[in-house]
Amino acid sequence: MYEVRYLRPESLAEAVQLYRTTPGCRPLAGGTDLMVMLHAGTLRPQPQAVLDLWSLNELKGVRRTSDMLEIAAAEPYTGIIRSPDVQRHLPALAAAARTIGAAQIQNRGTLGGNLANASPAGDTLPVLLAYDAGVVTDRRTIPIDRFFTGYRKTALQADELITAVRFPLDRQVAFRKVGTRAAQAISKVVMAVSRNPARIAIGSVAELPLRARRAEAALERGDIAGTVAAVAEDVRPIDDVRSTAAYRRAVTQNVLRELLDAFARG
Amino acid sequence: MRFTLNGRGVSFEGSGARRLLDVLREDLGATGTKEGCGEGECGACSVLIDGEVVDSCLVAVGQVEGRGITTVEGLADGGRLTALQQAFIEHGAAQCGICTPGMLLAAHVLLQEATRLDADAVREGLAGNLCRCTGYTKIIDAVLSCTK
Repeated sequence: MYEVRYLRPESLAEAVQLYRTTPGCRPLAGGTDLMVMLHAGTLRPQPQAVLDLWSLNELKGVRRTSDMLEIAAAEPYTGIIRSPDVQRHLPALAAAARTIGAAQIQNRGTLGGNLANASPAGDTLPVLLAYDAGVVTDRRTIPIDRFFTGYRKTALQADELITAVRFPLDRQVAFRKVGTRAAQAISKVVMAVSRNPARIAIGSVAELPLRARRAEAALERGDIAGTVAAVAEDVRPIDDVRSTAAYRRAVTQNVLRELLDAFARG
Repeated sequence: MRFTLNGRGVSFEGSGARRLLDVLREDLGATGTKEGCGEGECGACSVLIDGEVVDSCLVAVGQVEGRGITTVEGLADGGRLTALQQAFIEHGAAQCGICTPGMLLAAHVLLQEATRLDADAVREGLAGNLCRCTGYTKIIDAVLSCTK
């Protein structure tokens, strides 16, 4: 591995300042994606420095206000899963977090990292889309449906740090992940659905975490059969090492039907 | 920078971006921690940071400044094995041995944290530790034998 500088700011303010002024700097939290790429030397452009955000108190914890839940960007999945507020208000997020890796990854992986990495297979990202989450940064709040702009591309500016994610408190969201095995699997299809308002968000079926807009429009009209038919038009899966496009399209429709049936049963 | 390794203070000079795994093995001679996949999939490099199990291939060594690291070398008390280690021997829970240090550490946390353990809970608790030899049955038996 080539040597990169290691920067550990003492406060969020110092982190923001360092990120703005250090060329070729990559933020680091739990390292579950970045450390792999750093060691393999596959990051382009190659970073000159890493900015370690893991220990910053300002980026830890779950905070509830009267109308929202705010999860700090470097709070690990284990903390999210154990939070009584998350269990009560965002059970779909807790369910998604439990499917990520196993204990070793849940102790290190973070929402900030999942967002910044912007993998189309990121397991929490459809959940964030279904909740209409807000991505809070050092300078603004980005609505999640405008956050992903292309394959592993985001609306973040080059020197902009994610600090938290905000969720509404009163939305019913259903979640399902289909992978090779229950634990430690990268998803073939991962989906989060809200019935009201109609949100159908899917991972691993396009170059980015996708809102299925045609299917949502059909769901808004209460046309369940039409919703399941339309979602096949919304997705654009590929054949790759983990699955085939045809399988992903079929599973997307089956999982959507299952989640909508579950809503209908209450 | 300084941290504690199995109860002993150690210091390290160099880039804090190096993997904890490499510093443990190459700089500190703690070769009980193994490298498997190097991608956070297999758990062979599992260590404990302040009692939480992590893959040391995914941790930048700068992130453990001031923390307490436990590796497999830190489980036994001198020459005396823990009940879990003894159970691994008695149940034949190791074959090639590469996964064993990580399995022991993940199972150690599981036994400390869980109030009630059955085979499913052990399977879930060890889901981040892959074994290509045993088929897991003897590992699960060994862990379960340590619950009362």
